[in-house]
Amino acid sequence: MIWTIARREITSMFLSPLAWVILAVIQAILGWIFLAQIENFFILQPQLIELENAPGVTDIIIAPIFSLAAIILLMIMPLLTMRTLAEEKKNKTINLLFSAPISITQLVLGKYLGLLLFVFILTSMLMLMPLSLLAGTELDLGKLFSIFIGMVLLLGSFAAIGLYLSSLTDSQTIAAVSTFGALLMLWIIEWRTDQTLFHYLSLIAHHQPLLEGQFSSVDISYFILIILLFCGLTIRQLDGDRLQH
Amino acid sequence: METTADDTTPLVQVESLSRRYGDTLAVNQLNFTLKKGEVLGFLGPNGAGKSTSMQMITGNLAPTTGQITINGFDIIDCPIQAKSCIGYLPENPPVYRELTVDEYLTYCARLHRIPSAELKEALITAKQLCGLEDESKRLIGNLSKGFQQRVGIAQALIHQPPLVILDEPTVGLDPIQVREIRKLIQSLGKDRSVILSTHILPEVQATCDQVQIIQKGELIYNASIEELNQRGQGNNLTAAFKTPPDLAELSKLAGVNHVSVIDHSRFNIQFENEDFAEILVQQAVSSNWGLFELIPQNSSLEEIFVELTTTDNSDQEAQENAA
Repeated sequence: MIWTIARREITSMFLSPLAWVILAVIQAILGWIFLAQIENFFILQPQLIELENAPGVTDIIIAPIFSLAAIILLMIMPLLTMRTLAEEKKNKTINLLFSAPISITQLVLGKYLGLLLFVFILTSMLMLMPLSLLAGTELDLGKLFSIFIGMVLLLGSFAAIGLYLSSLTDSQTIAAVSTFGALLMLWIIEWRTDQTLFHYLSLIAHHQPLLEGQFSSVDISYFILIILLFCGLTIRQLDGDRLQH
Repeated sequence: METTADDTTPLVQVESLSRRYGDTLAVNQLNFTLKKGEVLGFLGPNGAGKSTSMQMITGNLAPTTGQITINGFDIIDCPIQAKSCIGYLPENPPVYRELTVDEYLTYCARLHRIPSAELKEALITAKQLCGLEDESKRLIGNLSKGFQQRVGIAQALIHQPPLVILDEPTVGLDPIQVREIRKLIQSLGKDRSVILSTHILPEVQATCDQVQIIQKGELIYNASIEELNQRGQGNNLTAAFKTPPDLAELSKLAGVNHVSVIDHSRFNIQFENEDFAEILVQQAVSSNWGLFELIPQNSSLEEIFVELTTTDNSDQEAQENAA
């Protein structure tokens, strides 16, 4: 049942041009940055040889790309998540799901899985760029894996937050703007100095170690907790929708 | 399957159902039952609480108080079992404009847990019922409103539920489509129960076995359609004369309750005597009134409806004025 909803979600995304445009724009921008990083690497190469324990290709070329990708996607994910529930409410198609013999939990998990599938496709496409380097050099595949997991978890958290904010309103614009605001807040929250609590709440602060290949359970749990929290809140919200109007 | 032990238990049982939106009471203490194979017309003016009731019965909205049992399952406690007995067409057909008719119906069939092996069969049956065979590959967004409505109905029938709930299914359709949909509802009533919410009276007369009239959230009338038709029969006629008599003269005839003038030669006469028509004709001949028209007036459901809903209104207005 979850899979049925997820499949329709992803089909609808790719039936509208939005998903294609998002994939194309991100691929183009990051492709350009990828080229620039490679050129940089060639300039740096002579100095690197003289260094002991020099950073490798993965650190110099790939990690910065994904660090930038995180910021770009922070602005783009709200556009994807905004329609998930707000559009269904606006068009009253949510009644179809409410009248079907499925639970709210299945409904929300189906929606979330649909978003997660898109995140997976997006991240896999981005991974193709670094993997193309395998033709000419050696890569740290462990680090690459850590970057991949980090990206999926980060975007998965974006998606969960976006899904929740989309359940609060029937206006897609409001859903998008509030999601963007929330994600941006969770990024800049670490800018205050010496505030360990704020630093702990920051999405980006937990993403950075994964980019560097540090696979720590604290960071992983942080992302999983964010995802569970916002999926749970969405279930609560939709359940409450039936009670009050 | 049709002759199971619980054939006698009602399919739908609604007990003291109420719903509040803030301070307004949208539905107040609604009680009714629906047996298998009955078509129930749920009638009321706009804003009477019809849609709210439908939404509660289908589990889209939680009632403030009261209990709804569908086929023995409580809609709050066992929503999944209860919902699988219902096919629901909301006010706005819940269709995805970007999908084709086939894609959409497949999705609905999957939501209703129809096994993949039976999916094709279910799709064909539903499309046949709603006359959608030729639109299978078209995008729903490109279909006319009438066809979108049909897709909505097909969606409600795809899992062959014992109970079909249609909320104003003929709104926005042309007269031919309206007739087709009515025919469809009648044919549905043969082997399943239907709840039809509408403010269009001929629709109820044409399709329903049982009529309920709801006004300001309260059930004010509940009867079978025969009872309702009987109620409207015979104590009213229109007569036209070439040389019309005085109003007073007409009023003096035996059994007349009330006479009103329609135009200079036509009168509407309310009476209680069964043989009144005969008396009137005899009198007209002997007094040379020149009777040329005599039409018995069966007061339609419409008049009963207006009578029932407006008396309530004027009572309330009177109360408000007095206050």
